[in-house]
Amino acid sequence: MSLLLTAAQTVGPFVSIGFEKASVPDVAPVGVAGERVVITGKIVDGDGLPVTDAVIETWQANSYGKYAHPDDAQEKLLEDNFKGFGRVLTDAQGGFRLTTIKPGKVAGPAGKQQAPHITVVIFMRGLLKQLMTRIYFPDEAANAADPVLNLVPAPRRATLIATRSAEGTLQWNVYLQGTNETVFFDY
Amino acid sequence: MSNINPYRKSYFDTQPDYLYPAYRSTVKRAPLQPLVQMPQTLSEITGPLFASRDVAASDYDLTAQHAGAPLGERMIVSGRLLDEGGRPVPNALIEMWQANASGRYRHPVDNHDAPLDPNFTGFGRVVTDAQGNYRFKTIKPGAYPWRNHFNAWRPAHLHFSLFGQGFAQRLVTQMYFPGDPLLEFDPMYRSVSDERARSRLVSSFDWENTMPEYAIAYRFDMILRGRDATPMETKENKK
Repeated sequence: MSLLLTAAQTVGPFVSIGFEKASVPDVAPVGVAGERVVITGKIVDGDGLPVTDAVIETWQANSYGKYAHPDDAQEKLLEDNFKGFGRVLTDAQGGFRLTTIKPGKVAGPAGKQQAPHITVVIFMRGLLKQLMTRIYFPDEAANAADPVLNLVPAPRRATLIATRSAEGTLQWNVYLQGTNETVFFDY
Repeated sequence: MSNINPYRKSYFDTQPDYLYPAYRSTVKRAPLQPLVQMPQTLSEITGPLFASRDVAASDYDLTAQHAGAPLGERMIVSGRLLDEGGRPVPNALIEMWQANASGRYRHPVDNHDAPLDPNFTGFGRVVTDAQGNYRFKTIKPGAYPWRNHFNAWRPAHLHFSLFGQGFAQRLVTQMYFPGDPLLEFDPMYRSVSDERARSRLVSSFDWENTMPEYAIAYRFDMILRGRDATPMETKENKK
């Protein structure tokens, strides 16, 4: 009855051949409702070196907290022009830049609301399967009660929460190892 | 309202671990802290959906992207995309990339001393049909050296990227060729410790789809995470 799940393999160093054509650095076209945010950051390896060959993919609800997907049964406004998928490649300095809107709260386990967040997967040479993580937003009261953030040991939660730079952009770095190692999930 | 029917977890040893020192690049890139276990929520069971209009009908053919035909052995690669329950996964975006027949990628980082082919880019994409079928026309890629260890060679392979119907199903893998003597020396292939799971990464010769006097065919079926048939009884969906 059950077929064997195909094993993951690394994207390797030439991933941009496969992913660059369909990169989506601007998730929210003109006309989509919500607070516009620019998220910038870098990916750093265990030696503190920039990861210049990574791909970050993002998935999020719209500003009303609705996913463009039939399994989302929440009675919230759907926007035809908002898909919610982003994909960016890191540059020669390990940096990336994604433009989007801040999503709304979405339903979570046990009837709780989840704080606004972006679901993230990361691929790169040296990763035999993708990393799974989340981006949360700064100055967001709902973070304190978020059911997923609360599963994370308190000292590590800050790795999932973007910070606001002096220019107003959001900053979110990924540390693959080290004292500030980013929290990665299994689900 | 949040009636979540989650995707299954993989069986023991059928997926590689992050840290696999025989593949050297994992040593500084694998997370070292334990992963945080979390339940799947609406955010993980949903994901970007695609349709045939998202790709050009000609994107399946990597041999017809330039003025001339690429060098190498023409081949058809086809198969089905199913979930663990055997259900077809329709409307799934499949992105595929590969080296040319000489084992060289059209990429600035690839400095292997093998010729580029002006008639080959090495990228194609398709969306699965209602039965989960997909099909590419391309050329067989060459093996190529890499610097992981002394005299290291990657077996010939295609890279496949798959979007199912939820982000939890996201999968990137590689397809290998039957009878390749390099497989048993390849750390990436060997990173899957379950022998049966590992061997599923090897395509099979496909006589039925081989085109007489034109192209050999290989078959490669891919399986995404499936869901249990009935949602688990949880407190929230009893409400």
